[in-house]
Amino acid sequence: MSLMPLFFYLFSVLALASAVLVIVAKNPVHSVMFLIFAFFNAAGLFILLGAEFLAMVLVIVYVGAVAVLFLFVVMMLDVDFAELKSGFVKNAPVGLLVGGIVLAELALLFLAQDLGVSGQSVEAVADGIAAATAPVLPGEGLTGGAPVAGEVLTNTEALGRILYTKYAFFFEVAGLVLLVAMIGAIVLTLRHKDGVRRQSIAEQVARDPKTSLEVIKVAPGGAVIPTGDDAP
Amino acid sequence: MSNIDWQQVWTSALWTAQMIGWSLLVLVTLLVIIAFLLLMDRKVWAAVQMRRGPNVVGPFGLFQSFADLLKFAFKEPIIPSGADKAIFLLAPVATALCALAAWAVIPVNEGWWGRWVVSDLNVGLLYILAISSLGVYGVIMGGWASNSKYPFMGSLRSAAQMVSYEVSIGLVIICVVLCVGSLNMTDIVNAQKTGIGTSLGLTNSALDWYWLALLPMFVVFFISALAETNRPPFDLPEAESELVAGYMVEYSSTPYLLFMLGEYVAITTMCALTTILFLGGWLPPVDIWPLNALPGLLWFLLKVIAVFFMFSMVKAMVPRYRYDQLMRLGWKVFLPLSLFMVVVVAAVLQFGGLAP
Repeated sequence: MSLMPLFFYLFSVLALASAVLVIVAKNPVHSVMFLIFAFFNAAGLFILLGAEFLAMVLVIVYVGAVAVLFLFVVMMLDVDFAELKSGFVKNAPVGLLVGGIVLAELALLFLAQDLGVSGQSVEAVADGIAAATAPVLPGEGLTGGAPVAGEVLTNTEALGRILYTKYAFFFEVAGLVLLVAMIGAIVLTLRHKDGVRRQSIAEQVARDPKTSLEVIKVAPGGAVIPTGDDAP
Repeated sequence: MSNIDWQQVWTSALWTAQMIGWSLLVLVTLLVIIAFLLLMDRKVWAAVQMRRGPNVVGPFGLFQSFADLLKFAFKEPIIPSGADKAIFLLAPVATALCALAAWAVIPVNEGWWGRWVVSDLNVGLLYILAISSLGVYGVIMGGWASNSKYPFMGSLRSAAQMVSYEVSIGLVIICVVLCVGSLNMTDIVNAQKTGIGTSLGLTNSALDWYWLALLPMFVVFFISALAETNRPPFDLPEAESELVAGYMVEYSSTPYLLFMLGEYVAITTMCALTTILFLGGWLPPVDIWPLNALPGLLWFLLKVIAVFFMFSMVKAMVPRYRYDQLMRLGWKVFLPLSLFMVVVVAAVLQFGGLAP
């Protein structure tokens, strides 16, 4: 389809521009907005590569959950952005170094895969990537239902087949890491402070007249003298 | 660009035009249906409270929604001086846009003419999940950009609420996907042609649909859908008794209209999703002559309206939840329940030999 290159350049230009705006924007909330927009364009690029499952997961996880919390924190905190900006020149070399390393890694990867990026159309690159990743899927000792010859695997199925068989161990370890992080966050933040009233559903349900009602006979003209818990 | 392949350019242009045409058709139909659903909502609400509801514009008040549309459109939009103008105006647009975008993958029928859907995505359900999780942005952005206390409180509540209930919705969807073996919406409906009813030797009927096979999940999904769309009894982001109108306080005119529109489109999406996941989409309740001769679109619409009626009745009858109770329900009741059901469903499918 000849619309592919058009969309590719649209998404990449927008992704790059919004990525630059993330660090240039004066207001941190605007920065997060541009970050979200960058995520979107990355998802668009994934779709162009035929990785629609990854694209959707990117939107669900990063845009739908992570960025919401991020935005939340940025809105709640009164960040003094002028002060943050002052460290820009000092931290720039570190950032450049990390960026350079990532760039070098990507370059090495692409050269090793020999995708022939230079001088080729976007479709050719996409085909190249598809060709480079496709032979990994069948065979390789997949136990959970190896694909029948001629069967068309959707992206999601292919990912599932390889994730739950070949990389099942790594998948579970990643799950455990997340579980530990979750428990850690709960342990750090869950505090029962004295003096703060809390609702205990079980306690409320377990109430009965015997424990919560006290019948006092008041003689005419007499007074009720508070006892026990009600005493002032 | 020396030799342009005109054939391909023509095909692409045609394809683009076709897609725009389909999208416009879905958009216009959806908006007209929503105008009447909104009226139905108000009528049901009024009937429960023994009022008449809107009955002035048109016969039985049928054109009330269109009158409201004109009223909002001709009012002056007021932007607070302390507001972040760009984000303030972007928020309602984002809400309406995200809500409408979900309808790209919702199939309404299948028959002669193939599948009646704009984009027959093979990860349709994930797309819906992704798009509906974006609905929260409109609320947060609107609440923050208003630069005012009540809207901000409303958006804080909303963000926590919508993120919480998305978890249980996701797990319910996983149960359905386990039963179907596909993320495609049309496949999900078609998988409901056979089920409990047919295994008992009955003809294809409503007993095959997943509402019966996954009954607890159906209930969890319905309640989570209420919370996800900020519907009463979970409308805490806009609780008028405490927060005036939550994130919408500072909005007027067309921006407010877009917020309302987005909200009702999201509700209709959830109704359609309930229909597709649990009520057999466009399948007739019993596959016998007079019923299965009716067009599938009609059954789909009837089911969506029925689910919407339940939404309206809940709004009319149930008092608002307290915020901590809402969070408790989401995290301590629905999350463990749906997680448990995922395990149960997976085990039954695997060891019962029913896995697709």
